[in-house]
Amino acid sequence: MDMKNMREYVGWLYYQYLLITGIYVLEPWEQSIFNTLLFTMVAMVIYTSYVFVPIHVRLALEFFSELVRGQPESTVALMNSR
Amino acid sequence: MTSLKYRRVNVSDEHHLRNGALKAHSDLKQGSNNLKNGYHVTEKVQKNGNGDSFYQPRVRGEDSFEEAPMYVAVMTYMGYGIVILFGYFRDFLRAVGLEKCHQAQEREEQKDFVPLYQDFENFYKRNLYMRVRDNWNRPICSLPGPVFDVMERVSDDYNWTFRLTGKTIENVINMGSYNYLGFAENNVDFLKTVAEETRQYGVGVCSTRQELGNLSIHEKLERLVAEFLGVESAMAFGMGFATNSMNIPALVGKGCLILSDELNHTSLILGARLSGATIRVFKHNNMQSLEKLLKEAICSGQPRTHRGWKKILIMVEGIYSMEGSLVRLPEILALKKKYKAYLYLDEAHSIGAVGPTGRGVTEHFGVDPNEVDVLMGTFTKSFGATGGYIAGKKELVDYLRSHSHSAVYATAMSPPVVEQIIRAIKCIMGVDGTTEGQRRVRQLSENTRYLRSRLKEMGFIIYGNQDSPVVPLLLYLPGKVGAFSRAMLKRKIGVVVVGFPATPIAEARARFCVSAAHTREMLDKVLQSLDELGDHIRVKFSRHRPSRRQELHNETDFEQDS
Repeated sequence: MDMKNMREYVGWLYYQYLLITGIYVLEPWEQSIFNTLLFTMVAMVIYTSYVFVPIHVRLALEFFSELVRGQPESTVALMNSR
Repeated sequence: MTSLKYRRVNVSDEHHLRNGALKAHSDLKQGSNNLKNGYHVTEKVQKNGNGDSFYQPRVRGEDSFEEAPMYVAVMTYMGYGIVILFGYFRDFLRAVGLEKCHQAQEREEQKDFVPLYQDFENFYKRNLYMRVRDNWNRPICSLPGPVFDVMERVSDDYNWTFRLTGKTIENVINMGSYNYLGFAENNVDFLKTVAEETRQYGVGVCSTRQELGNLSIHEKLERLVAEFLGVESAMAFGMGFATNSMNIPALVGKGCLILSDELNHTSLILGARLSGATIRVFKHNNMQSLEKLLKEAICSGQPRTHRGWKKILIMVEGIYSMEGSLVRLPEILALKKKYKAYLYLDEAHSIGAVGPTGRGVTEHFGVDPNEVDVLMGTFTKSFGATGGYIAGKKELVDYLRSHSHSAVYATAMSPPVVEQIIRAIKCIMGVDGTTEGQRRVRQLSENTRYLRSRLKEMGFIIYGNQDSPVVPLLLYLPGKVGAFSRAMLKRKIGVVVVGFPATPIAEARARFCVSAAHTREMLDKVLQSLDELGDHIRVKFSRHRPSRRQELHNETDFEQDS
């Protein structure tokens, strides 16, 4: 019973997607083209974010923390060299 | 509440239904009271209880033009954008030859000549209208009463061609016909006089009014129309559209100024353009815009010579059929008197449908009909016949009898149609001895108020005045327009949906026409289907849901309102 409701709900969500994007008026093969394109783009976005976002975030954090730590180090070096 | 700016832009080239095509509408700033126009109406004098004095100023309900939330506008434009992209793609396929072109094309040998068919201008029609075309021009095989029969048709090639399956969908509730007082009926008792007159006069007239077509029944009709409206004289024509487009050129010409409302009907615009007068457009129902134009016109005169205008004619409609809003008649009359202009009032939808005894907007506002210079109306909507009339002072109508194209050249109205109008008017006036007419007028106003209040409660965005029987329900998104109409037909309710170019591109709507012949059960069935469908498709965009029911209903069960 729950599976049936779930399937109905997903079907309704797909119907809403068709109505909102305006795809509802297109012929089935045009709908397939649009769905394929959209799915490909979404898949690429997910892939890119999964692979690259953690690396970028880590690098950015390192960069900013180095700036903060780098300041007291250089003044200490200056005082020592005097 | 934050104010929303929502820009409406007209995109089409063939947009001749609005004055001044390719005009960009200005931003609509939302004031605190949600009125689209800047004019803040002050409450008029309250009507005294018994209404014995005919010319008592009345309280006017407010027109509502609620704006949709911002995400709806975004989704609408996005939907149009995607379908337009696919339109370009399909046009490319057709040009390359990968797909068969269903439209008319020139022959191969003539490809280098001047083109006969303007391909790009039909872009919208080819790529969007064709895809959802099955929602319009549905063939009907019974009379368009409160319920009717629709012939079923299917398309094998995505709406380029249709074929009838032979089955009929019976007892579809009719929410689209202009049958305001229910005179579109085939009850034998009511139609006895029509049959008698047909036996006497026949059906064809075979002449124009000026030559040998002026039958005694036409004179009877005109006297009756003048008495019904409360004016001196009237003249009837065979076609409502032609009444406007052929008579305005007879009234105004070069050197005159026409001030016409933004949302006037095509017939008024066509008549204004044919006349050769200068046309200026004022914002819909906006008295400040109208006054500004009047002041400017009187101060500067004609464009280059600065002579005074020969005539200034203000053209408005009683009820605007796409918005359901009522004209602001008392304010316009005050402006007209102050600036000495003339008023042309087109009561196509409002005659018979508003006013306590069905006499139109003049009665609704408690205004003397003799103050309006030219009263025009049609017999198609509330009287169940065809044709139009122009009424006013005797000199005006006598002038039109000899100078109007429609009067001089058009064939006279057919006798059974004239008799139908006569019997309908007599019924409304009560002259035939029954109270049927008044019952219908009251039933219409009750049905209107009931439908409008229930739809507002459910959370739909409804435009227009609370007393107008034309109820536009906003759908906005192009995908939902087609889905709505098809789903309603599946539930056996026939509705009319309207999109671009008859409405602004982002405001597609479904338009309901309430009829006095609708019973409470029919309206309840319609409301229930709308409720379910509104949730299923998600068109309940209104943010002002009233929490309590209004006083008009008989039921005692209570809905759970969110």
